[in-house]
Amino acid sequence: MDVLTLSRMQFAVATYFHFLFVPLTLGLSVLTAIMETRYVRTGDPEYKRMTKFWGKLFLINFAVGVVTGITLEFQFGTNWSRYSSYVGDIFGSLLAIEATVAFFLESTFIAVWFFGWEKLSPRAHATTMWLVAIASNISAVWILIANAWMQHPTGYVIRNGRAELADFIAVVTQKFAVLTFIHTVGAAFTLAGFFVAGISAWHLLRKQHVEFFTRSFRLAVGFGLICSLFEVAQGHMSAEMLGTAQPTKLAAMESHWQTRTHAPLYLLLWPDADNERNAVQLLPVPSALSILAHYNPGGEVKGLKDYPREDRPPVLPSFLSFRIMVGFCMLFLALTAFGWWKRNRLTAYPWYLRMMVWAIPLPYVACEAGWTLTEVGRQPWIVYGLMRTRDAVSPIAASQVLPTLVGFILLYSLLGFAGFYLVFRFARKGPEPIERASSAPAR
Amino acid sequence: MLETTWFVIWGIAWAVYFCLDGFDLGLGTLMPFLAKNDDERRIIYNAMGPFWDGNEVWLITAGGVTFAAFPKTYAVMFSGLYTPLMLLLFALILRGVSFEFRSKHPGTAWRATWDACLVIGSFVPALLLGVAFANIFRGIPIDAEGINHGTLLTLLNPYGLLGGVLFVLLFSQHGALWLAIKSEGALHARAASTARMLWPVLLVVAAGFLAASWFATNLYHNLLSHPVLFLLPALAVTGLVLARIYVSTARWWHAWFASFAAILGATMFGVAGLFPNLLPSSLDPTFSLTAFNSSSSPLTLKIMLGVALTTLPIVIAYQVWAYAKFRDKVTASSIAGEHAY
Repeated sequence: MDVLTLSRMQFAVATYFHFLFVPLTLGLSVLTAIMETRYVRTGDPEYKRMTKFWGKLFLINFAVGVVTGITLEFQFGTNWSRYSSYVGDIFGSLLAIEATVAFFLESTFIAVWFFGWEKLSPRAHATTMWLVAIASNISAVWILIANAWMQHPTGYVIRNGRAELADFIAVVTQKFAVLTFIHTVGAAFTLAGFFVAGISAWHLLRKQHVEFFTRSFRLAVGFGLICSLFEVAQGHMSAEMLGTAQPTKLAAMESHWQTRTHAPLYLLLWPDADNERNAVQLLPVPSALSILAHYNPGGEVKGLKDYPREDRPPVLPSFLSFRIMVGFCMLFLALTAFGWWKRNRLTAYPWYLRMMVWAIPLPYVACEAGWTLTEVGRQPWIVYGLMRTRDAVSPIAASQVLPTLVGFILLYSLLGFAGFYLVFRFARKGPEPIERASSAPAR
Repeated sequence: MLETTWFVIWGIAWAVYFCLDGFDLGLGTLMPFLAKNDDERRIIYNAMGPFWDGNEVWLITAGGVTFAAFPKTYAVMFSGLYTPLMLLLFALILRGVSFEFRSKHPGTAWRATWDACLVIGSFVPALLLGVAFANIFRGIPIDAEGINHGTLLTLLNPYGLLGGVLFVLLFSQHGALWLAIKSEGALHARAASTARMLWPVLLVVAAGFLAASWFATNLYHNLLSHPVLFLLPALAVTGLVLARIYVSTARWWHAWFASFAAILGATMFGVAGLFPNLLPSSLDPTFSLTAFNSSSSPLTLKIMLGVALTTLPIVIAYQVWAYAKFRDKVTASSIAGEHAY
């Protein structure tokens, strides 16, 4: 295999793995902070136990997320040096801002939070968790501004043989960045809701710590419901934006070949990219694709055939990841809505609780599918319309990349195994007994 | 002027990273020699516990500064040093998770595995960073296109290896002093005697490195034309000497700050000697990447200067606050509860 393929594989491994941990960090930090604030407000020791129990799971997850994040920064230099050199004026500064405004804050205060239970007043202690939650989400802001710039470059000029910054405000406030951020954070919060709800459901099925896990479940399912409702509405805005910003991605994810107005959306579809058509297309919703893209049934939706083959993204992965993401999101909405409706009689619905346990991995799949669509759908470009992925790779040998790709797979398997083992172990064990954690707020 | 300012910030970011994470890397390296049982190992973990993650962000910042201010250097340096950087990354990943995973499970094999990861994950970065920086001081065979014509073995030249040994010793001394501050009883005594034992070796290697730099690099060129810069190696030497004096009078915080100054002085000596090069080419000086030929546009440099000058003082303020908050010794009772590694 050539260095391009190996580097792409390595980037995919590093990103997929990193993103198994990031969404839970974004969402569970907020949930833990909410629990601790409730503890400070009410003095109810049950909230302190909740904070500690969910906080412990948060920490294990956070550690793996942090260490695997460095890989992503390094890889732009090691494997994508031509990219770094060409767009570093813009992209590099966004990553540097992320480090100085967000990473320092979260890394310093997560330690203060963990080690500082006896050293800080309860109010100050809860504040440190909020700082961690805010910092994690600020980090998402900057990395997604950077990613949005790759998806939809703006505010730059080509000068001195590279892309140089022309308008910083345009880069950081562009619609693509704003929508990507809201969409990603909404998805991350939904995932955290399902994580907490699923583990709670497992204990509720066994009638263990019923009060503790009923409270956790209610908080999580309410959080998950709001976020997945939001996600459905907002996802529509993102799709509409693709119609103008990235027409090839929109066409690929819908497997839409022929440019036309009143474009229908097929419920049953299977692409046949070789022959530039669909092998199966059934159950059309008339004009739905036009409405999706333009809020107008007469809107013209560009088909893939309008673009040369070398400018089209891989259709099947884009199409599948989009359907998985959207389908799962609808399922999340239904599951959380039911949970919220029955929130006071949860144990009367064991079949529902069982479903919620099994649903824990689904938001993970949906999040990874979302990133697959984002990144694969941008191909063959690394910066949409500006730089091709094949022109971005470092002038290094495949023999250098192969060992590190294997190394990443082995190392990450070890981390994943150990990390999930610990989460599983502590999640099953349940909260610490009330006697040990029931002290009223000190000082 | 902008480029020069960023060059200085670049150097300071690396120096602060070495001064802070240096003690974590050194202490992790020394752990097998210092700790005799599980409780002592836990004290070592918790002596670094509240700090290591915040310290490591200085590495990400140093990388980020390189990327933002000198993207061409970032590209050539990271791709040119592909294999050593990847080894550094693997090591740091292992070290980071060891902290969080190690004490979460009582199994002996589990803990021994993560202890080994901590030691490897501390020693390897200390060594590699030393080898890498010595080679940067010396120059790397990069051509006009920024392609490195050397291999991993090219880096393992005598001067590069000497740099690696110097970093390991500097960081080990720094780590031993940190443990002397943070522990008591037998562990404290072992940390103190290790610091005493390391010192003469460190002094010889440091003197050897300063002398070898005269022959292997152009670092002294800038110093000779601007003699005031000799204050930097002087700071390093003074720091080293003071560290030993404070050790004999058992003033551990003083000794640690002296060691801090030694690392700062040594790094800034190298940085000052490099200027304006960030990555000198050993093939032809005109291929060297400098603060001027590899920098970002003036607009980016200005905006980033605003960001750096507003955020970094705040970062330093809350990191100092966090250090002060957790300055107490780690004791058997402080690690008895659930709020410890």
